[in-house]
Amino acid sequence: MTRTNLMAGTILATALSAVIATGAAAQTELSMWYHGAGGEVESAIINRIVDDFNASQDDWAVELQSFPQGSYNDSIIAAALAGNLPDIIDVDGPVMPNWAWSGYLQPLPLDESVIENFLPGTKGEWNGELYSIGLWDAAVAMVTRRSYLEDNGIRIPTLEEPWTREEFDAALVTLEETGEFQYPLDVGMAWTGEWYPYAFSPLLQSFGGDIVDRESYATAEGALNGDAAIEFGEWWQSLFERDLVPGTSQDPADRETGFVEGKYAISWNGNWAAVPILAEYGDDTLFLPAPDFGEGPVIGAASWQFGVSATSEHPEGAAAFIEFALQDEYLAEFSDGIGLIPATPTAAEMTENYAEGGPMAVFYELSEEQARLRPVTPGYVVAAKVFEKALADIANGADVIDTLDAAVDEIDADIERNQGYGH
Amino acid sequence: MSRSRLTQSNRAGWAMALPGFGLIAVFIILPFFLAFGLSFTNQRLISPNPTEWVGFDNYRQLMGLGVLTLEPERDEAGAVIRDEDGAIEYPRLRGFTRGNPDYAHLDGMREWLSWGWGEDRVVVLARDVVFMTAIVNTLTFVLVVAPVQAAIALGLALLINQRLRGINVFRTIYFMPVVVSIVVVSLLWRFIYDGNDGLLNNILSALSFGVFEPVDWLGNPGTALPAIMAMSIWQAVGFHMVIWLAGLQTISPTLYEAAEIEGSSRWQTFRYVTWPGLRNTAVLILIVITMQAFALFAQIDVMTGGGPLDSTQTIVFQAVERGYGKQDISGGSTISVLLFLLVLTISLIQRYLTRERS
Amino acid sequence: MAQIDPSNRGLRLAARYAVLVLIAVIFIFPLVFMVVSSLKPDQQLLSDTGSLRAFLPVGDIGLGNYAAAFQRAPVGLFIFNSVLVTGITVVLSLLVCSLAAFAFVFLEWRGSGLLLSVILATLIVPFETIAIPLLLIVNQLPWIGLDGLSTGWLNSYRVQILPFVSDGLTIFLFVQYFRDLPRELIEASRVEGASWWMIYRRIVMPLAGPVLATAAILKFLVMYNQYLWPLMVVQEEGYRPVMVGLQYFFQLNRAWGEIMAYLSLITLPVLAFYFVLQRAFISSIASTGVKG
Repeated sequence: MTRTNLMAGTILATALSAVIATGAAAQTELSMWYHGAGGEVESAIINRIVDDFNASQDDWAVELQSFPQGSYNDSIIAAALAGNLPDIIDVDGPVMPNWAWSGYLQPLPLDESVIENFLPGTKGEWNGELYSIGLWDAAVAMVTRRSYLEDNGIRIPTLEEPWTREEFDAALVTLEETGEFQYPLDVGMAWTGEWYPYAFSPLLQSFGGDIVDRESYATAEGALNGDAAIEFGEWWQSLFERDLVPGTSQDPADRETGFVEGKYAISWNGNWAAVPILAEYGDDTLFLPAPDFGEGPVIGAASWQFGVSATSEHPEGAAAFIEFALQDEYLAEFSDGIGLIPATPTAAEMTENYAEGGPMAVFYELSEEQARLRPVTPGYVVAAKVFEKALADIANGADVIDTLDAAVDEIDADIERNQGYGH
Repeated sequence: MSRSRLTQSNRAGWAMALPGFGLIAVFIILPFFLAFGLSFTNQRLISPNPTEWVGFDNYRQLMGLGVLTLEPERDEAGAVIRDEDGAIEYPRLRGFTRGNPDYAHLDGMREWLSWGWGEDRVVVLARDVVFMTAIVNTLTFVLVVAPVQAAIALGLALLINQRLRGINVFRTIYFMPVVVSIVVVSLLWRFIYDGNDGLLNNILSALSFGVFEPVDWLGNPGTALPAIMAMSIWQAVGFHMVIWLAGLQTISPTLYEAAEIEGSSRWQTFRYVTWPGLRNTAVLILIVITMQAFALFAQIDVMTGGGPLDSTQTIVFQAVERGYGKQDISGGSTISVLLFLLVLTISLIQRYLTRERS
Repeated sequence: MAQIDPSNRGLRLAARYAVLVLIAVIFIFPLVFMVVSSLKPDQQLLSDTGSLRAFLPVGDIGLGNYAAAFQRAPVGLFIFNSVLVTGITVVLSLLVCSLAAFAFVFLEWRGSGLLLSVILATLIVPFETIAIPLLLIVNQLPWIGLDGLSTGWLNSYRVQILPFVSDGLTIFLFVQYFRDLPRELIEASRVEGASWWMIYRRIVMPLAGPVLATAAILKFLVMYNQYLWPLMVVQEEGYRPVMVGLQYFFQLNRAWGEIMAYLSLITLPVLAFYFVLQRAFISSIASTGVKG
């Protein structure tokens, strides 16, 4: 290319971009990142919401960039370090306080009345302010087949009367003794990462323990290594010692297909995995509430939510988009598309699975009645990692008390190094 | 030096080396010094708190060691208390390591190793047991993988350096595992190592007519690291084979012809012609394998995540786990610096041992 | 060697091949597993993994997984990006690193010993441990492009290329190889008045076939498998490489067949590259034979 050619090219490019810019001048561009890359149904829905929004008004034009979920958080952190965040981001519920405290997010200017009917797990509140809001929640239940329980004379638990610890243990032993299954229960040890605190810390809470002390958020002492936690730890270890559940070396493929293939009698699993199971077993499928280990049955709350980045110059535009996305129509569509629990009862009524009498309606009730948020603190990110390792170690036979004590030490040291995380 | 006048050229030397060195300076050395600086601060990956200098705190936190001798619990009569199995009972360590003013230097430490000493029990405590385990595991990995992989690679290189019809096909096949990303290979091998119905268990059991008891290769603290070693060797050996091969091809064929004329045996040919000709290649391979082994990360990340019971923790895995996972960038940086010092020491020793003996 | 029994010789040849084939089986099976699995529906793929059926294209075979993979992610774009970034890096790297190594081995200049030691010391630094400081650096670097001076390299090809052009290992590979070349050749040309550049181009590089191939493969593999770095510096889908693209397939319910199809697809360029170099290897054997 000669120099004149190059010049001409530059001028052309500048002129061209100027034309495009003036063409869209009426709408201010808002960038948005979302974790759904690779999920076709999910991408289609979010794209439609964006298109609908852009067409619905003349002020804002949302520009969507999708990321694969597995690396989404790392991408966000790197972008934040580089000062390169978009206007709208989505954030996993329990991580939100960390991002808010770190200054990635600003409070979400959304009117209270817009979200008053939303499930509690969908509201991302920290330090008395709303930072994020979810279009859905997720819930965990014990998935099994009615026939497995009935054939072995095991009582089918209900929301009002869940299994007690003794009943649950007895059920597992009974199922084990049938010899029909590789393991009577699968809790998904192959799903490392956020699954551990999400799925297993509620069990600890039902025993009366917790990951950190929620009164002060200044220590894990007593919560994670108190008597209740030790009792939980010993029960947890016994599951693996008695060969009732597959351990940390579980093949991820078995986690996904083991229940449908009949290797496991009960699967502790999220509602997003329920659709293929329903397809396989139909009416025989049962979604059971978590057992009551003493302090009532508990499951984890909060899934992905939308928020506005701290660096956004147009929070009102970002909020306008988020509010637009919160319409029942879209909540229902997401639910039908990927199996998640719609955030409002009116949206639930519009869905196939969660409408009154629908096959997964039980999840809505679970979410409403038993769901508890993971510790709402910026320190959660580290505490969750420590908790994950402790549970894996205990499952592999480490001394329960020592492991929990060490986990407490590590969490406390981290809180101290972060000057209390602003609590 | 006699040749110095011929080859002396300051300007040309700098000019030719500068692009290479300059890029390394900007993209490796500068970030490393940044990391070095961070290791003396309390910098978090993301945090509204101000950064403070903390001196050697991070280093103390990682490397702190202590020794404690526990005396048995005694009853009022002074007799040693034993539990039902007859094992001596000792006071709980946490009594010494948590808020005990008499043992302030041990505060926050955990048991790393311990052994009996008469009735007493000697306990080596570490401030960061996981990191200590990671160092031991990494060194084990290096000590096993470096020589074994180098030797197998040389064997393969000699094997395929012969003139046979279709030898190129084999050369390509042996190289195959190398072209597949280690992440992908690790994913595939998880299926192979599966404890219930994995391929390896099934094959071993078929070969032994069912005598072999299935092993949970990655789920067992005793077999997880060896399993990862075997896979790592398998994956990378083809690459080192190619380096050996390149070295073999620099040996002049006339030397072989001379050896043949003198009627030397195959071993003698190898010992006196091939091996001396591979000297630089050998140094290269040893160093490359050692470096790669020290950087062990992807396999761990995909296959075990450091478990079970820390049996596969490694230094780089810990650096990443801290720096990214736990957002403790100063801690992660400290590990990088420690790793650097460790490997530097080892390579200096290695260099001393393999120095030219003239 | 006068009389060799032909049947004995045939037997020994057969034994040699038997050994070669046995080893080949050990090395090729994951690739066979990968390709074969990519043709199977998920359910069958998973139930086959424990047996030898995993290596046989049996049952319900088809290309459905490939179609689905293209549906799920812009596979072609990812491969294009990776090949482009990798290709440019390899070429630049061979040039820059061989030049530096040439200077270290054949020229005498002030500071060369120290500089080489520093470069070799950088071998010890695993990339993972400097990625974050490096991110902060590239975010501050200037760049002159079509639209003038700008700051920050995020979301570009250059940010994926330039940090990896020069590295201690590649330089070291060249240094070790050059040390084995006969110095007399260089000194003789020097006496005849050839410039350093001429010696590098006309004498040394033509002899460097094997090391060029080795360095190229190594660089290719490192670059093609980049994951952490592009994850950190590329937010726009248009610049994403293949390993980040792999994440598109790790959804909550993993479609293993599609994963295998994607893996098979992204392995193709690496294999192609190796086959090309394989030919360079063969020709270099001939040339090194002459050189001795």
